[in-house]
Amino acid sequence: MLECTPQTITERSAGKINPAKTCQPIGAMYAALGIHKCLPHSHGSQGCCSYHRMHLTRHFRDPIMATTSSFTEGACVFGGGANLKTAIKNVFAIYDPDVMAIHTTCLTETIGDDIPSIISSAEIPAGKLVIHTNTPSYVGSHITGFANMTKGMVNYLAESDGKPKKEQVNLLPGFVNPGDMLEIKRLVKAMGIKFIMFPDTSGVVDSPMTGEYVMYPSGGAKVEDIRDSGNSKLTLALGSFASTDPAHQLERKCKVPALTLKTPIGIKATDELLMALRQSFVQEIPAELATERGQLVDVMTDTHFHFHGKKVAIFGDPDVVIALTEFVLSLGMVPIHVLTGTPGNAFEKKVNAMLLEAGVSARVKAEGDLFELHQWLKHEPVDLLIGNTYGKYIARAEDIPLVRIGFPVLDRSVHSYLPVVGYKGAMRIIEMISNALLDRADRDAKDEDFELVM
Amino acid sequence: MALDEKDLDAMLNAYPAKVKKNRKKHILVHDSSQARQEIEANTRTIPGIITNRGCAYAGCKGVVLGPLKDMVHIVHGPIGCAYYAWGTRRNKAKAEDSKQNYLNYCFSTDMQESDIVFGGEKKLAKMIDDVVATFHPNAITISATCPVGLIGDDIGAVAKAAEQRHGIQVLGFNCEGYKGVSQSAGHHIANNGLMDKVIGSGELTEAPEKFAINLLGEYNIGGDGWEIERILQEIGYHVIAVMTGDGSYAALKNAHVAELNLVQCHRSINYIAEMLETKYGTPWLKVNFIGIQGTIDSLRNMAIYFDDPALTQKTEAVIAREVARIEPIMEQYKRLCEGKTAFCFVGGSRGHHYQGLFAELGVKTVLAGYEFAHRDDYEGRDVIPEIKPDADSKNIPNLTVTPDEKLFKLKISPERAAKLKQTIPLSNYQGLMAEMTDGSIVVDDLNHFETEALIKALKPDIFASGIKDKYVVQKMGIPAKQLHSYDYSGPYAGFNGAVNFAADVSMAFTTPTWNYTTPPWKNQPLLAGTIESN
Ligand code: SF4
Ligand code: SF4
Repeated sequence: MLECTPQTITERSAGKINPAKTCQPIGAMYAALGIHKCLPHSHGSQGCCSYHRMHLTRHFRDPIMATTSSFTEGACVFGGGANLKTAIKNVFAIYDPDVMAIHTTCLTETIGDDIPSIISSAEIPAGKLVIHTNTPSYVGSHITGFANMTKGMVNYLAESDGKPKKEQVNLLPGFVNPGDMLEIKRLVKAMGIKFIMFPDTSGVVDSPMTGEYVMYPSGGAKVEDIRDSGNSKLTLALGSFASTDPAHQLERKCKVPALTLKTPIGIKATDELLMALRQSFVQEIPAELATERGQLVDVMTDTHFHFHGKKVAIFGDPDVVIALTEFVLSLGMVPIHVLTGTPGNAFEKKVNAMLLEAGVSARVKAEGDLFELHQWLKHEPVDLLIGNTYGKYIARAEDIPLVRIGFPVLDRSVHSYLPVVGYKGAMRIIEMISNALLDRADRDAKDEDFELVM
Repeated sequence: MALDEKDLDAMLNAYPAKVKKNRKKHILVHDSSQARQEIEANTRTIPGIITNRGCAYAGCKGVVLGPLKDMVHIVHGPIGCAYYAWGTRRNKAKAEDSKQNYLNYCFSTDMQESDIVFGGEKKLAKMIDDVVATFHPNAITISATCPVGLIGDDIGAVAKAAEQRHGIQVLGFNCEGYKGVSQSAGHHIANNGLMDKVIGSGELTEAPEKFAINLLGEYNIGGDGWEIERILQEIGYHVIAVMTGDGSYAALKNAHVAELNLVQCHRSINYIAEMLETKYGTPWLKVNFIGIQGTIDSLRNMAIYFDDPALTQKTEAVIAREVARIEPIMEQYKRLCEGKTAFCFVGGSRGHHYQGLFAELGVKTVLAGYEFAHRDDYEGRDVIPEIKPDADSKNIPNLTVTPDEKLFKLKISPERAAKLKQTIPLSNYQGLMAEMTDGSIVVDDLNHFETEALIKALKPDIFASGIKDKYVVQKMGIPAKQLHSYDYSGPYAGFNGAVNFAADVSMAFTTPTWNYTTPPWKNQPLLAGTIESN
């Protein structure tokens, strides 16, 4: 497995081998699915749209619907205006969404199609909305695309009525699973605080089996709620890479103060989320959540010998990796390789600061690739690898257990329904980590060392 | 239930007039009493339609080039295109030399904004240098994605310069996603490149063994190619090159010495098949190793071509033994499947190939079609002279080959070829419609709206398609079988494959999970029961 990867690390300055990121539009498409009755539209060649739908479908095992401008060579020469206008007309006539959310692709960015002016000259049925965002794939990653589409929602939909701000919080969850979005909502509901979450893909990409297909399932952020987010008194941007930019845009547009927190993975990040809500809304933490936290700490302590001191490598999307790094540190684990494919110095800064505080020295890299991570592992092996499905090749090559967290997870199911955020999510992560390490210990143990109780 | 043209017309009324006019030409009710039924195919998808189609790059790198295991395939473009085509197609391969197997690797130049503005040629050249220094591959391909053509990067020139620097073949493929109207354009581009630069460049001048063949258009999804090779090798065939599942650059170079080329997926590889015939005098035989009868017919046709008593005898012996072995197993599954109906909408050849296998299970295909096929894949190759090139197809360069001065050798006499053509599909393909029953529906580039409407109208028991519509269909309570990825199962080809397929389809019908779709409270009023009397 991966036997062509040499141990010797040579300087590579061009391109990526086994990337740890993908392109903007898939993030934009996923975010757009988080609006109720919205159909994402990919403005470019149909290949991009096909690939993005396939990959999201594989991760969620649920229908992922999106349309495309189906460019041909002619459209590249003359511009995509005609294709997009035809597409807008057909989308509303045939699929009847409330909102059509357009994102661009490499192609349409390169030829420089001016989307707003095309939209303004298109036929849009009364009461229907068309929003857009620019998602050039040669900038950032899929996380940038998610942020850009969320920002597009702010640009097109959020409004302030000029009245005093309402006692409600905007929650920007970032690129996480519907199970995580549900859990974040549950926490805030338990706090008794009114909230608006967008995008919100719960109830959309985790739709139930009823024997009937509905193109627009019941979930997703309602347009009127996104509109009303301009009247909230606070926006919590969960994850700086996916959520800060749209939160700032909302601050600029509607004067809603923005606070960036980590994706609430692990005990500290969940504490911070609840504390921020407690301070801003003067609401005490309910007993129910206090108990959950207590249970989590109980589990952490009771099982610490399963994972304490174990070396771990973490890779994936920046917001998730930052929070995971913090959590494994609070479990007493030692993250010695931390990598994201998404570019951005903030990643290295944040992770290095946490590691410095914990006294751990590690290799940390933004805009890295899995080929490099693999080479690091050949130099300094670990006990556990945490990341998405693409890590399985390295895990097999180096015989390291893998815990699958993040996007995409293509070879296991159910993950998108269950949270990794919040206290419950933290408990679930501990279960995954412990099980992986103990399954390995059981597998490797000699007969005489094989134990009933661990 | 059956649909007639009037019902179809009514169904399409939900479309805007222009869309209806267009789509109508892509759908028909099969009627063999008509001399010829024309279907429109390989034309543009209408913008705004939820289509299953992909792009030229997917057809070139994803389908044809990607499975070649001992070449490094560099994708020149922004990150996404390379990423999505990495490990997602299940084209399995065993490496002869594990240090020369790049199948689990993904190489992307990861173009950044500055590359788009100032050009990406330097970065591509640098990446090639890095790759050669780190991996020492036998050869490299470069596949261009959308922005590359637009900014005018000359990947051919970069490839040529790299060949001179490194002394290995570096092949450039201009398969930008906007070329043509689907994956199909990419197949053609890849075929041209491999034919022009690789095939025929090996050292062999004649076949090293008797009954030497190439297997074209077989991508070893789920191990299909291995099952086919198992059978062929036992009969006594010598497989020189497979295009391209578990295929290699090394083998491909000598593909010119085969005595016969077998064509499994006509759409994706017919260009090479035809060019091999012109350039080296090797005819091709359309085969279909999906289904028991398909496999048997293919093997018998091969035996007819080679006309060797021992080979024919061995062919029959293998067939007899395999059939005897699997028939009782198939019988068991047939009991679970008999009487059901299927939609079979896949790619460019499977929409046809799987109908026979379904029929062997007693499942009738009531609708079939392709995502990116051409008219000849529906109507048969006789129609090719009638197909007029349009603006999109004209953009795909045509490679013209002539008989090779040294290596051209007629494998069989023209007289014998003409005679054989009357009995076996030698250098010919009849298309999907020839085998469909009257009244069944044929749809080209089936889209989401039509999928929903046709399922409601025809209520099939199983829907064979891809990942994008799988869960749509299953939400409707109908099992969906992915016939691109086999739902991570396989092989489905050959004799063992038929059994696997039968088992999987039976499982889809019989899984108890379907029993729970309706919750118990759905059909029971809340206030039920008797009023207690005392
Ligand atoms: S990188 Fe660009 S061309 Fe490739 S799939 Fe993404 S948007 Fe499409
Ligand atoms: S068999 Fe289908 S998926 Fe494979 S290349 Fe042919 S058309 Fe494509």
